[in-house]
Amino acid sequence: MEMSGEYSIDAPIAEVWAALNDIEILKVCIPGCEELEQVSETEMTAKVALKIGPVKARFNGVVTFENITPPEGYSIVGEGQGGVAGFAKGGADVRLVEDGDKTVLTYQAKAQVGGKIAQLGSRLIKSTAAKLADKFFKNFRDALVAEVASA
Amino acid sequence: MSEGIGARVLRKEDKRFLIGKGRYTDDIIEQNQAYAAFVRSPHAHAIVKSIDASAAEAMDGVVAVLNGAGLTGDGIGNIICGWGVTSKDGSPMNMGAWSALATDKVRYVGDAVAIVIADSIDQARLAAEAVEVDYEALPVVVQSDAALEDGAPQIHENAPNNLIFDWEIGEEDATDTALAGAAYTTEMDIVNNRLSPNAMEPRAAIATFNEADDHYTLYTTSQNPHVARLVLSAFYNVAPEHKLRVIAPDVGGGFGSKIYIYPEEIACLWASMKTNRSVKWTSDRTEAFLTDAHGRDHITHAKIGFDKDHKIVGLKVDTKANLGAYMSLFSSATPTYLYATLLSGQYNIANIHCNVKAVYTNTVPVDAYRGAGRPEASYVMERMMETAAREMGVSPTELRRKNFVQEFPHQTPVIMAYDSGDFAANQDQAMKAADYADFEARRTEAASRGKLRGIGFSNYIEACGIAPSAAVGSLGAGVGLWESAEVRVNPVGTIEVLTGSHSHGQGHETTFAQIVAERFGLPTENIQIVHGDTDKVQFGMGTYGSRSGAVGMSAIVKAMDKVEAKVKKIGAHVLEASEDDIIIEDGAVKVKGTDKQMLWHEVGLAAYTAHNIPEGMEPGLKETSFYDPSNFTFPAGCYICEVEVDPETGTTEIVQFVASDDFGTIINPMIVEGQVHGGIAQGIGQALLEGVVYDDSGQLLSASYMDYTMPRADDLPSYSVHHQSTECPGNPLGMKGCGEAGAIGSPPAVINAITDAIGNNDLSMPATPAKVWAAIQAASAKQAAE
Repeated sequence: MEMSGEYSIDAPIAEVWAALNDIEILKVCIPGCEELEQVSETEMTAKVALKIGPVKARFNGVVTFENITPPEGYSIVGEGQGGVAGFAKGGADVRLVEDGDKTVLTYQAKAQVGGKIAQLGSRLIKSTAAKLADKFFKNFRDALVAEVASA
Repeated sequence: MSEGIGARVLRKEDKRFLIGKGRYTDDIIEQNQAYAAFVRSPHAHAIVKSIDASAAEAMDGVVAVLNGAGLTGDGIGNIICGWGVTSKDGSPMNMGAWSALATDKVRYVGDAVAIVIADSIDQARLAAEAVEVDYEALPVVVQSDAALEDGAPQIHENAPNNLIFDWEIGEEDATDTALAGAAYTTEMDIVNNRLSPNAMEPRAAIATFNEADDHYTLYTTSQNPHVARLVLSAFYNVAPEHKLRVIAPDVGGGFGSKIYIYPEEIACLWASMKTNRSVKWTSDRTEAFLTDAHGRDHITHAKIGFDKDHKIVGLKVDTKANLGAYMSLFSSATPTYLYATLLSGQYNIANIHCNVKAVYTNTVPVDAYRGAGRPEASYVMERMMETAAREMGVSPTELRRKNFVQEFPHQTPVIMAYDSGDFAANQDQAMKAADYADFEARRTEAASRGKLRGIGFSNYIEACGIAPSAAVGSLGAGVGLWESAEVRVNPVGTIEVLTGSHSHGQGHETTFAQIVAERFGLPTENIQIVHGDTDKVQFGMGTYGSRSGAVGMSAIVKAMDKVEAKVKKIGAHVLEASEDDIIIEDGAVKVKGTDKQMLWHEVGLAAYTAHNIPEGMEPGLKETSFYDPSNFTFPAGCYICEVEVDPETGTTEIVQFVASDDFGTIINPMIVEGQVHGGIAQGIGQALLEGVVYDDSGQLLSASYMDYTMPRADDLPSYSVHHQSTECPGNPLGMKGCGEAGAIGSPPAVINAITDAIGNNDLSMPATPAKVWAAIQAASAKQAAE
């Protein structure tokens, strides 16, 4: 399953890039995120609670950053185990482009699920995943704009 | 006799089901019972790197967490396929290892890696979630054609390119020559969609190890408890046969899926010994979708040739059969000896060649499902006949009639020797019942309402009464397929019949009693049918392949012959008459032409008191028979389906469905009609609604009734069911079998009707509204272009 989106953020590219690498901002923006810890410069562990259709699960996962090219973007790759609910894995390419005072963020993501989530929630996965991705980037934009405004 | 052969006796077994007193495996509660939950792979193909059960073991109520290393360490054997099929190059089939609990690798989503035993089912399931398995995911392949390609993921080391066998039947050169000289040929690519069996009662098992006697008892949802015991003993080394009792109590439907021995029964038996507890497991519905053997899943290319008079000159078929991740018990026989041997259909065809490649994929194992190979054969043949008729511009009914086998016995070029039938009579009966003569008027009338009306035919033949032991042995079967019966006349004259057949919805307790009632002139309430328990019944091969009538009842007849002979001797002795003058009727033993008689119970009493029986005769009145059939039986028929398609939505409504079947002798027409109704419902389900869907990563997307569509009452018409029978010469009752016919004959009739309605022959099952609508659009686009 593939998803993509584009957001215009009312902040300069350097600040957007910094926020994309700020674990505290990411933590509040990821829907259902309960824990997010930096393990190394390019690796984080996460605990995320999600509900897809009839399946509720708490995923424990590892997220890695790759192809880091400040401030133009990075790739993010993750894999999570949801116990009996199954597993999810995927990745996203995030790109930033300067647009005057603003920054345009685009992403292209791929995701794959397995186990009970696939068996019971397959019809809902694409819409749920697209919704979650959208929610994350909207949260991210709002958090960033709020931070810029308060600064 | 009102309850004898041909009577519509109400089902004796229904009382207990209707008052909620059926006794299914899950109803059985043993003392000290614990519950099992399985840890199943969420990956379709992965290496099992480690299993950490420490958290689960520490949880409340958990008795044990056991895995594949322990199981194989205790000497429990791998699950086997019991029918050896040899490739055309002479090599044996490549059977990959299947451990009841995976050790090193998992090969489909749902493959069991561990069993958790706990005091309650909730505790077992919670703990199963806490077992941490570290998987290394591997590339996945789910389609048989893709699995055969170079570079496809390798599922079993000993099956290069995932090929299990490459088998053929018939003469290829002669068939090629015949097709090359044909005046007309028709070629088609045909897919037979993968189905989930969906028995109403999910699989279940409760295993009890008795330490005092080193003895095991297994209650399980089986169609063949003796076969289960045989395999569990001889191959899986659970316990020797005399230390293992297998009971299949009330079983709520099987459709083939409960023939096989699955990992769960093996694991429960072993776990019972390990924990010294009774271990119960009951599948939930998603588990059933994930682990019950699926059916069908063929990809076929076929070519048929006709001479200038429209007589068939040759048929060539190439099939890839998806057997899933492991070879189930009869998986090799289904796409070979139960499929390609029926490709002659009802027709006289001199040259047939069929090649079958059986293939491993990362999907649940595939095995026999109601019809087992014969629906696939019938679908190929009847789609080809209808399509050829359209291409040649001749009547589909006349084309079939011109090619019918008319003389019996008839030896086909693909093993089977048809023994009886009157295919034209069935076709006549069906066409009359369907009012075929008036069809074009109905089509015109439907068109005035904006509906596309179509009609489709299917002239199926199948092979039942499975099967002559020596014949199937020569073809690779690991067992004989006879049946046994014991007829016990009690001292008070009531009768118990112990049969090796198993009833899981077929109504044996009624029909089997009817043949006894007929023979001795007794009411069926005096007759009890006993089945499904290896401690009670001598032995038996179980119920599948529509064999319980033709084989199971024949065994009862043979045992009754022996009872009758002894009864006549006792009657002649007591009544002081010649044995030749003794007749048995209306529940009495009589001397012909006199008023001298003994009532039936008096004969029973005489046999057991033994005060006055012929000198040298053993007391008692109990006889056993093992009956081995001399041939398969060949039920056949003509099905006609009429549909109306809404061109705006692609929705198909079946407006008429006519069946004319030749089942030979019919014991209970009500039960036979019920079997036909159920079979047609499953066939229509396959044609319109049902389909197993795996995504490319091997995830089962149709794993609940939200996504797997079962036929419902309002999807189905009121059937018009008829019989036109010829007696089967191969067994004493003249029976052919009726359990699978409906599912075998109906799918091609439905698809032939829809394609006739929409004017586009390119349509696959299930013909969902989306597919039908797209086919209508494609047909009109093509028309516009022309």
